[in-house]
Amino acid sequence: MTKTYRMALLTGTLLAGPALAESTLTIESWRNDDLAIWQETLIPAFEAAHPDIKVVFAPSAPAEYNAALNSKLAAGSAGDLITCRPFDASLELYNQGHLTDLSGLAAMANFSPVAKSAWQTDDGSATFCVPMASVIHGFIYNADAFAELGIEVPKTRDEFFAALDKIKADGTYIPMAMGTNDQWEAATMAYNNIGPNYWKGEEGRLALIKGEQKLTDEGWVAPFRELAKWKDYLGDGFEAQTYPDSQNLFTLGRAAIYPAGSWEISGFNTQAQFKMGAFPPPVAAEGDTCYISDHTDIGIGMNAKSPNPEAAKTFLEWVGSPEFATLYANALPGFFSLNSTPVEMADPLAKEFVSWRQKCQSTIRSTYQILSRGTPNLENETWNASANVIRGSETPEDAAKRLQEGLASWYEPQK
Amino acid sequence: MAARKPVRWHIAVFLAPAVAVYTAIMIVPLFGTLLQSLFNTDGQGGRMFVGLRNFATLFGDALWSRQFWNALGNNAWFFVVHMLVQNPIGVALAAILSTPRLRMAAFYRTAIFIPTILSFVIVGFVWKLILSPIWGIAPGMLDMVGLKSLFAPWLGKEEYALTTLALVSVWQFVGIPMMLIYAALLSIPDEVIEAAEMDGITGMSQFWKIKLPLILPSIGIISILTFVGNFNAFDLIYVSQGALAGPDYSTDILGTFLYRTFFGFQLQLGDPYMGSAIAGAMFGIILVGVCLYLFGIQTRLRRYQF
Repeated sequence: MTKTYRMALLTGTLLAGPALAESTLTIESWRNDDLAIWQETLIPAFEAAHPDIKVVFAPSAPAEYNAALNSKLAAGSAGDLITCRPFDASLELYNQGHLTDLSGLAAMANFSPVAKSAWQTDDGSATFCVPMASVIHGFIYNADAFAELGIEVPKTRDEFFAALDKIKADGTYIPMAMGTNDQWEAATMAYNNIGPNYWKGEEGRLALIKGEQKLTDEGWVAPFRELAKWKDYLGDGFEAQTYPDSQNLFTLGRAAIYPAGSWEISGFNTQAQFKMGAFPPPVAAEGDTCYISDHTDIGIGMNAKSPNPEAAKTFLEWVGSPEFATLYANALPGFFSLNSTPVEMADPLAKEFVSWRQKCQSTIRSTYQILSRGTPNLENETWNASANVIRGSETPEDAAKRLQEGLASWYEPQK
Repeated sequence: MAARKPVRWHIAVFLAPAVAVYTAIMIVPLFGTLLQSLFNTDGQGGRMFVGLRNFATLFGDALWSRQFWNALGNNAWFFVVHMLVQNPIGVALAAILSTPRLRMAAFYRTAIFIPTILSFVIVGFVWKLILSPIWGIAPGMLDMVGLKSLFAPWLGKEEYALTTLALVSVWQFVGIPMMLIYAALLSIPDEVIEAAEMDGITGMSQFWKIKLPLILPSIGIISILTFVGNFNAFDLIYVSQGALAGPDYSTDILGTFLYRTFFGFQLQLGDPYMGSAIAGAMFGIILVGVCLYLFGIQTRLRRYQF
């Protein structure tokens, strides 16, 4: 009796072996907001075409992602596929041998050099992540509130501040929903949102990298001056207002304008009960060239120590395909595909954001490429400086001077 | 012929598990970290011995030392608030709880102790909500008593944020000194109290003249526990203010400075070598503090045997 039972168990184990032989890929990501989209849309689409590969999406919290990923990679317990932050964070992982060179992937031909630049070595010889999406900065507004107060969508800075004044005078809505508690919104959704119009996008950004411009130049201080004026239009107690607080204030209809990144679109669509619109950062005078931050934000690469390199490459080829681009861009309106094949999107707000690519010059966030390699870290310092300027605890000039001193302390071309 | 004393193996056997576990998870990592602080990258992916150069950078380079002294200063203030608020309140609560006439003492004792067993994440989140200028109940409650003008977004103001967080931490941990002192008060023999009453010492003066001197050693232990706990603190600040310890680093303490340096943050990559140097400095500070207490104060405290 016992013997038969044991035999049965043993046979069971042996039979289970081949069934487990199919490879399982684990994706590391900071996009925990996208869990449902991966599980319900993207992974089933892939698994339908590749029944022998199972994919698990295992995200961690955005603020902890980099630290957690670095520790996991060092310990050898990271997943097969690594969602890549743009520029130096991923470049460092590649240099340390944690990411595989993917230049040989056929799907790489589907991406423009600009799209790939965020995940390449400085000389462009190796590309280590497949570009997935970029995000565009601008302002999302409550269209119902604008109609109610008779406000036109502002095109110039004067119109923008006139609109804010009008909303403030009316008092029904908080003019602008942003806080300084978490600091990063001040840098990402404020400084790098309105800044490109002042430093002329790529022109200023590249000049800064070459050392031809300084952070104390007018083009880089002026956005701080504009931020200092924002203070009066933010809600009561904005100093302690967190990012989720701002999101909720806007989607509950208590604030009229939200300095945004396009990644907010899908969340806002489900939360907000009113009509929304979007406008790009206003320019100085009507007809001026406009510049937008169209930031290469997210890519995906392969863990060099992955036990399933073939399966992982199959998956990455699929991520680089137009099929994935269409699925992803429509499942996540606001994450704009970097694929050269044009993607048809259905969401009106996402369409509005992406339409700015036609009329404005695109650039990426100023601090991301090369300039945040040293200590002090320019990106983190910019968070701090932007938040200080908005709170009014540091003047725009002092903030710019401090950033320049920090950058010049380690970055050769700025010395 | 005298029998030789048998080797008392059982002592070693009983000590072994604790020693092994403690060595594996405390002593080895501690010395590993201290050792690592003497190394730095050699630029080719390896590491090389640099002696005390990491410490020279930490204290000598203005970019590092400014952050370090800022964190240390904030940490000292964090500790001062605990010593001035948490421990006196803890002693007072224990004294009240130990009066025999108090009803529902067990209920109060439990209620005050409960926050201590809550996770930092919950405490940080709940207090952030309570104090939120948008959804919080703090503005409303102040409004009810007509003090709305006193409300400020405390966690977002440089001048208040650290003190506010220190008081939240006090709220969470006041149960620990209370319990320790309560136990010490209960262990005072009735004979001593009765003798005092015979001599006409009752009420407040009984507490000051009889009980307080008897619980001084416990207060000393609580002070040193508070010191070690505060200089190792990290969780509450990280949960409520993030790793950049805003606003403008005004809530940055040694723990958050260490975390940012060691693990990196956002675009800043982790630097395990400088991180280890900071951890070494923290270890040194705590070691000096504990030694000062043990040799300077503890040995001079008078103890009473009953």
